[in-house]
Amino acid sequence: MAVKTLTINGEQYSAQEGESVLSVCRQNKIPIPTLCHLEGLSTVGACRLCLVQIEGIPKLLPACTTKVEEGMVITTSNQKLDKYRRMIVALLASEGNHVCAVCVANNHCELQDLAYEVGLVRVRYPYLFPKKSLDATHKEYVMDHNRCVLCTRCVRVCDEVEGAHVWDVAGRGIDCEIVTGLDYSWGSSQTCTECGKCVMVCPTGALFEKGVTVSEMEKKKDFLKYIITARQKREWVAFTNE
Amino acid sequence: MTLEDLQDLAEQERERQDQKKHRVLFCSAAGCASCGADKVSAALKAKVKEHALDKECEVIGTGCMGLCGEGPLVKVQSDDTMYRNVDVRTAEKIVESHIVNGKKVDAHVCDTNVPFFTSQTRIVLENCGRTNSESIDEYVAAEGYAGLAKALTEMQPADVIEEVRKSGLRGRGGAGYSTGLKWGIVRKAHGEQKYVVCNADEGDPGAFMDRSVLEGDPHRVLEGMAIAGYAVGAQQGYIYCRAEYPLAIERLKLAIKQAEKAGLLGNRILESQFNFRIDIRIGAGAFVCGEETALLASIEGKRGNPRPRPPFPSEKGLWGMPTVINNVETYANVAPIIRKGSDWFAGIGTEKSKGTKVFALAGNIRNTGLIEVPMGIPLRTIIFDIGGGTPDGTEFKAAQTGGPSGGCIPADQLDLPVDYESLMKVGSIMGSGGLIVMDSTSRMVEVAKFFMQFCMDESCGKCIPCRVGTRHIYGLLDKISKKKATQDDMVLLEELCMMVKETSLCGLGQSAPNPVLSTLRFFRHEYEQLLQPVETFEGEPGIVVDFEK
Repeated sequence: MAVKTLTINGEQYSAQEGESVLSVCRQNKIPIPTLCHLEGLSTVGACRLCLVQIEGIPKLLPACTTKVEEGMVITTSNQKLDKYRRMIVALLASEGNHVCAVCVANNHCELQDLAYEVGLVRVRYPYLFPKKSLDATHKEYVMDHNRCVLCTRCVRVCDEVEGAHVWDVAGRGIDCEIVTGLDYSWGSSQTCTECGKCVMVCPTGALFEKGVTVSEMEKKKDFLKYIITARQKREWVAFTNE
Repeated sequence: MTLEDLQDLAEQERERQDQKKHRVLFCSAAGCASCGADKVSAALKAKVKEHALDKECEVIGTGCMGLCGEGPLVKVQSDDTMYRNVDVRTAEKIVESHIVNGKKVDAHVCDTNVPFFTSQTRIVLENCGRTNSESIDEYVAAEGYAGLAKALTEMQPADVIEEVRKSGLRGRGGAGYSTGLKWGIVRKAHGEQKYVVCNADEGDPGAFMDRSVLEGDPHRVLEGMAIAGYAVGAQQGYIYCRAEYPLAIERLKLAIKQAEKAGLLGNRILESQFNFRIDIRIGAGAFVCGEETALLASIEGKRGNPRPRPPFPSEKGLWGMPTVINNVETYANVAPIIRKGSDWFAGIGTEKSKGTKVFALAGNIRNTGLIEVPMGIPLRTIIFDIGGGTPDGTEFKAAQTGGPSGGCIPADQLDLPVDYESLMKVGSIMGSGGLIVMDSTSRMVEVAKFFMQFCMDESCGKCIPCRVGTRHIYGLLDKISKKKATQDDMVLLEELCMMVKETSLCGLGQSAPNPVLSTLRFFRHEYEQLLQPVETFEGEPGIVVDFEK
């Protein structure tokens, strides 16, 4: 594997060929907000929060899907990028029905963390207050579409790691929704293995365990690293929740 | 079939046509079909039979004759007479008077010596309105498959690519990437399989160029794809056609069957080592599937979601293999380029935009229809000479190109040459060729709102800026059009437009704000007229200026 050198925010870094810009930034503690990305799942470049500016490329590119190249000059944060990130989080906040004060994931929510990270103090867009449903038909878990940000982590973890492909996206545009099977209730799903991986990777309180109340739903995502490492390297390494 | 067989076939067909004293052509494309062409053709055929003229006169359905607004159209090929607004009664008269007695039906004769016909240069549409769109023999007689034959017998794949590159042909789907360069990348890319894909998911409101080509001259597209397959080393092609074009799909299916039977598709084409098959995939009515990565996902049987590029389809396309993906019109240009040479093609058009472009004229324009003009022609010529200007003498206001991804061009830019770069400079795009003319009765805020609603409805919902951003832009435009907005909303609108443009994942989102941005650029006063002064406004509280900036 060839080593590539690149410049990020004026500093020189080295990276391995085939590595993503995001991975280099993470290794070197350069902060880039992400939402749809989760280590261990495929990258989709959908949330657009990790967009960076690369010299010589007119468009902003997502750090998660962009592979490093020799001599790349990357800016991960400037006034424009920061503003766009703030706007994206604001759009997310305006899209769903996110009420932290009564949410099971309060204080354990990536959307909340993102709002702090990008410095969102006010949402200037009208809240859409969509009429969304809640699926509590499963015996252990609940899907609350009001809190869903459509990051598709649940879809990917179920398909790629668990191999069940219970979840998928239906509809289009603002009417997109995560569905179970061919839009059945979760409880009637014949494919769900009740493993709970989707619940653990969900960044918000959209997926949670039954019986938890406000602020009690902690998401433990390190199981993913454990499984991936075990599968790829045949090593059983325990990770602590970061 | 060998090369000689192909030439024989062409010769026989030409002789057969010469033996006919009269060829009565009727336009069988969707436009004329929708206003009664089938009844007209039935009447023509019945009358020909009645007068026992079967041997010397044939009645044939052709591709689009162009002047869609005056349909159904009928043409008597022997003396090149075109009839417009033909109904059953007129059709009968045409046979009785023109064919039998040689006396034209003057009331319906359409003057073809007008700029609408004389200012056009037809390459892509050369057979439309001339040959039977359901006959491979007639296509072959009109030098069809001669380009493929030349490529297979006289040229190496690299020569084909070089020829296409030298011709200066650029993608006709909108972005205008050099076709030769694209093919070169696919040829060099590694993959155990390679694919050739034709994007026939034309979905812009008011656009019907690709539809007309597919309906009128399907073999031309197949030939272009086969040449592309030979050039890049692919054995399989797919045409992704939208389900809303049933006639195009029917004709394509027939054309593929005919070409396979004639040995012009399938294994060992023209007795060479080259194998190439084409299959049709039918879209399910999603505009975003016209975006190349979403289209490929859809062919693979997945949800039609775009994915970030790079990797581009030329490196990792269909099932991860190098894939050529071009628009219908691009493929339709390929065969003539190979047949007549790159110099001929490069001689048409401007320095950077070569060849011709097909436009679908729609909106407030006298001659609605399909035209093909050389690149670089002034917009004024298209709209006023060819299009005949706005009807009833209303004042021309703006021309919209590129559909929901394009922009509006105002009256003072009418002398703009129509090529990729010039259109980009005024904030529009060439797009696939829809051209909607608007007169003084059009309100630009409503136009922007219409296109934004279209984009909002057609967003796939994968990325946040497009999914939620277009929804809010639409909301703001709605608020402005209802006179409920203030200057603050304008600030918000422009900010959102720039953000959606720069951060969206695919072309749909990146270009969705264009209609708003271009109308803001040229018709800002129309927006401002609708704004409420902040003080007197009652209702939702105004949005305070962002102090974080």
